[in-house]
Amino acid sequence: MKDLVKVTNLKKNYGLKEAVKGISFNIKQNEIIGLLGPNGSGKTTTIGMMLGLLKPSYGEILIDGVNIEKNRIEILKKINFISPYIELPKKLKVKQNLIVYGKLYSVKNLDQRINYLVEKLRLEDLLDSVTGELSSGQKNRVSLAKALINDPEVLLLDEPTASLDPEIGDFVRTFLENYKKENKISILLASHNMNEVTRLCKSILMMKDGIIIDKGDPNELIKKHGRKNLEEVFLKLTRSNGEF
Amino acid sequence: MVNFNRMYGLFLRHFYLITRSFPRILDLIYWPTIQITLWGFISIFFASSSSYYNNGVGVILTCAILYDFLFRTSIGFNMLFLEEIYSRNFTNLFIAPIKIREIIFCLVFTALIRALIGLIPAILLTSPLFGISILDLGIYLFLLFLSLYIFGVTLGILVSAGLLRFGPSFENIAWSTMFLLAPFGCIYYPIEILPEFFQKIAYGLPLVYIFEEARNILINQTVNINNILTALGLNLLYLSISVSLFYYCFFQARKKGTLINVGE
Repeated sequence: MKDLVKVTNLKKNYGLKEAVKGISFNIKQNEIIGLLGPNGSGKTTTIGMMLGLLKPSYGEILIDGVNIEKNRIEILKKINFISPYIELPKKLKVKQNLIVYGKLYSVKNLDQRINYLVEKLRLEDLLDSVTGELSSGQKNRVSLAKALINDPEVLLLDEPTASLDPEIGDFVRTFLENYKKENKISILLASHNMNEVTRLCKSILMMKDGIIIDKGDPNELIKKHGRKNLEEVFLKLTRSNGEF
Repeated sequence: MVNFNRMYGLFLRHFYLITRSFPRILDLIYWPTIQITLWGFISIFFASSSSYYNNGVGVILTCAILYDFLFRTSIGFNMLFLEEIYSRNFTNLFIAPIKIREIIFCLVFTALIRALIGLIPAILLTSPLFGISILDLGIYLFLLFLSLYIFGVTLGILVSAGLLRFGPSFENIAWSTMFLLAPFGCIYYPIEILPEFFQKIAYGLPLVYIFEEARNILINQTVNINNILTALGLNLLYLSISVSLFYYCFFQARKKGTLINVGE
């Protein structure tokens, strides 16, 4: 599979503070990569740059060979994002939100696309509900539908199952696994849920203080660091002072 | 080039919001109606007590309607932008493949619809209640409205640029802009009332030309086309500045990271 996302020597400075210090990684087509790191490690900044919300201070992000800084709008058509920290317009009905975002992404055959996502994400009974009145699990499924409305080639997920109960969390993870199988989508998953990352990701990037301190297959990293699980690897790496 | 499908999507976002909420429609209509009714009675009083207005009830009321149109357009534009912040939808909007110019075009159009929803019922009331019609301004009414619309939108874009750059903390400015400029606009009085220094500032704004001309048409029954053209010229200048500033603030926001985490 080809590298759909290529991030090269990416840096972001806020004044004198270096939030991201020259990271590089690739994401292949139909691959899920985990992005782990403690709060303030640079994950959100990295995602922000990949979404075009932040201008990199240095380096480049190529998506399907196109530099996002040179053709932001064209790239944004191919990617999408979900995070529990952003919401859809609360006063609109679920179907209205999906129509609005379908139009914003110029989705062809929008009704068909909405019907497909509604069926896959079990949203039939929610379409006429007001988005702001949904439970967090229901909102999460609606946000996922919005994030997939444009049939993205690259999906960025920022803690997609945070604050969800185990049943809904498992539904979302299973949905993502199946969706990836059917649609050859590349996913970058930022999460603090180590079980989720171990289950979904073939490869992970561990960030700390704006740099990637380790990367690889989750099971191999567990073995390499002599720990029982990914959480212990995470704690070892984030508490160390770079002597690994 | 702009994509009408994307602009229609953004328009729908606000159209759905208005049409599915009776209190929102009521809110749009309520204030202009109260404002114009109040000014109608004040006009009757002034017209009967002032030689300047030459017993013309319609002059003050027409200026009040024109000012309210300006106010509604400007606030309408700001509200559309603030709505995205209140609903924590800012990030979703800016990661959608919609160009800045498409956002501006769409919000400019939607702000007009909002202003008209509020003003048309109020304007219709003036005839049976006070026996005057804003249509007395004739064909020039369109040009005056156009000028006010452009200036209202210009202020809206300027404030939204501030919201982009500084985030929700800029909200209070959004509400106060019109009040700050109102004294210099000479809405209800001739420019000679202002101190000399204030007059210099006022002459730099299109408002003074618009309201002077509205009074000129209604009181003297003559038209000074230069006033209308100067207002339009100044408007185009300020509009270009505000759009440039909006782009600048967007690029600065991308540099400084204020597009992330914009919310209540």
